[in-house]
Amino acid sequence: MNIQASGTNRRISLPLAAALKDAIFSALIAFGLFVFLIGLHTDQGPTGALVVTTRLPQLAMLVGAVFAGSLARALIFGREPIGLGRGLPPWLMRIAQHAGRLAGPALLVFALLVPVLFYHNRYLLDLGILVLTYVMLGWGLNIVVGLAGLLDLGYVAFYAVGAYSYALLAQNFGLSFWICLPLAGILAAFWGVLLGFPVLRLRGDYLAIVTLAFGEIIRLVLLNWQSFTGGPNGIASIPRPSFFGLPFNDEEGGFAATFGLEFSPTHRIVFLFYLILALALVTNWVAKRMRRLPVGRAWEAMREDEIACRSLGINTTNTKLTAFAMGAMFGGFAGAFFATRQGFISPESFAFGESALVLAIVVLGGMGSQIGVAVAALAMLGGFELYREFEHYRMLVFGFAMVTIMIWRPRGLVATREPSLYLATHKPAVSPVKQGLK
Amino acid sequence: MTATGPILSVERLAMRFGGLVAVDELSFTAERGRITALIGPNGAGKTTVFNCITGFYKPSAGMMRLVHPDGAVFLLERLLDFRIAQIARVTRTFQNIRLFPGMTVLENLVVAQHNTLMDASVFTFAGLLGLKSYTAAERTAVDKARYWLDRTGLIARTDDAAGSLAYGEQRRLEIARAMCTEPVLLCLDEPAAGLNARESAELNGLLKFIRNQQATSILLIEHDMSVVMEISDHIVVLDYGVKIADGSPEAIRNDPKVIAAYLGVEDDEVEKVEAEVGL
Repeated sequence: MNIQASGTNRRISLPLAAALKDAIFSALIAFGLFVFLIGLHTDQGPTGALVVTTRLPQLAMLVGAVFAGSLARALIFGREPIGLGRGLPPWLMRIAQHAGRLAGPALLVFALLVPVLFYHNRYLLDLGILVLTYVMLGWGLNIVVGLAGLLDLGYVAFYAVGAYSYALLAQNFGLSFWICLPLAGILAAFWGVLLGFPVLRLRGDYLAIVTLAFGEIIRLVLLNWQSFTGGPNGIASIPRPSFFGLPFNDEEGGFAATFGLEFSPTHRIVFLFYLILALALVTNWVAKRMRRLPVGRAWEAMREDEIACRSLGINTTNTKLTAFAMGAMFGGFAGAFFATRQGFISPESFAFGESALVLAIVVLGGMGSQIGVAVAALAMLGGFELYREFEHYRMLVFGFAMVTIMIWRPRGLVATREPSLYLATHKPAVSPVKQGLK
Repeated sequence: MTATGPILSVERLAMRFGGLVAVDELSFTAERGRITALIGPNGAGKTTVFNCITGFYKPSAGMMRLVHPDGAVFLLERLLDFRIAQIARVTRTFQNIRLFPGMTVLENLVVAQHNTLMDASVFTFAGLLGLKSYTAAERTAVDKARYWLDRTGLIARTDDAAGSLAYGEQRRLEIARAMCTEPVLLCLDEPAAGLNARESAELNGLLKFIRNQQATSILLIEHDMSVVMEISDHIVVLDYGVKIADGSPEAIRNDPKVIAAYLGVEDDEVEKVEAEVGL
């Protein structure tokens, strides 16, 4: 079964003729794809009419690159998945494994230190907050997609419900962030259950389409219910968070004055950073903990085989609904945080692209893996920012990275699954018959 | 009060799919503490009967009455599939094994004890906080799992993914998993399918152990006659959805109707029948 384990000594590369055939085939596909996308280009001519120009050198370059890349892949790895671990000496693999175990704590310590290290770099702090928001969303969605195996393409709907819950409650009733936060979570969970009911019998692609539609419904309602949500104008001047009642301003009784500090707008940013870090860590703790509880094991069992679950007396209806509700609740928390951070929300922030991004984070990170999701969120959003200068090539690089990861690690960055429990000791039990179970 | 009489009585069960009558007017009983076998040629409707008993199909007509040792009566045709496993305590295995392949062997057995553990975790809160009552319940669940792992000889594979087990081991694991729900009636759909002679013999031993040592009665579908004839206390034979025989293994072995259903009839008899219908 395990090709990689048995294939260390086996020759897996293809013979030259077969490799050439593969490469030519890939080049043909690339040509078919790019001939119109890259090869033809429309420009405005001198008279204002459109003229078609050809870009044959660029086309040839791309097709050539695909040919060379696919030839190299076929010669080195054959048709099997590209495994970087192959050929590495075992001691190096062991070190890599140990490093993998330390990655979680190391990342946590780094996250805790970010505001100290980059106190004067507002841009990095903002980016950190953004990354942590997506880490939290990823961990929330991981419950639904990674554990329960329910493909949810409308996750952003719960993010929106949380954000609007906070914005509307805070504006209309003057409730504080700390009261609104659980309310936003509860409301999002309620909508999660509401979505759950009609899709109980669906799975796989069908479920994905309905959840996608649900996300759009929420967005369209927010966009068109002018009197309630403000429509496309959104909701502005949402109350900013306070430090447990102390506002972040330069007045008497503000955070800075109370603690005898010089006022600085960075205080609020640092507070927001630690707030989202704490929220994300709570999400992580709850998700990890639940995985080891009967409900979490039932989620995973349901992902594996729903009929077997029912034959064992597991109420799959409730199990599905709790998964939807838990995932939605954390989405709602993140939404409330988003609203208080931005101070302004509009339906535009909750388009399908956000759902896709969060789902991509979960899939790339490795479904069900917490650390993988965190790394994927960091890489994706960090990567986005890194390539901001190369505006035009951003999506190209992004797509390329996705394809590479999916070829290299088809099951995500961290594909191993940690069992939720072990036998206390591995010794064989003494005389099971006398032990008596009746 | 302790119940006497059959654990399961099926009366005039019928299952129709559109115009197709898969099971018709089937009545039989399964005795308490016994192994009852349901046999018949391919397509006779055996698995359909199982699906009706375990709630995966809603029967078109008929009554299925299950009596617990304490006298509680359950009418299975009125219960949802997971309720049948949960409160009526009828658990089944599947013809094409249905494990949770990505989870470990131990996890498979603990998932089977979901309802007990769920009660102990008090809507997950006690579990989330790690209260003593929950951890104790989990330990009990693991102990029970260990007991069945020992029984089925899978203790060495405890922490392996269920999907990586050999075929025979997967069959045993499925039975172990079903036993972890502490069923009063265990329904086995072709447990010996694909097993070699030694594994079949081990299976016989396991099923006899369950019958003799546990408070569980067994209803099984099986094609392997070495299993059926050796361990069954009672055999029901189906053909084309209708019961054609019912009795002890010896009686069934010599029943001309059963032999005809399995092996066909002599040539001269076919000619006689053909002459009757005018062919």
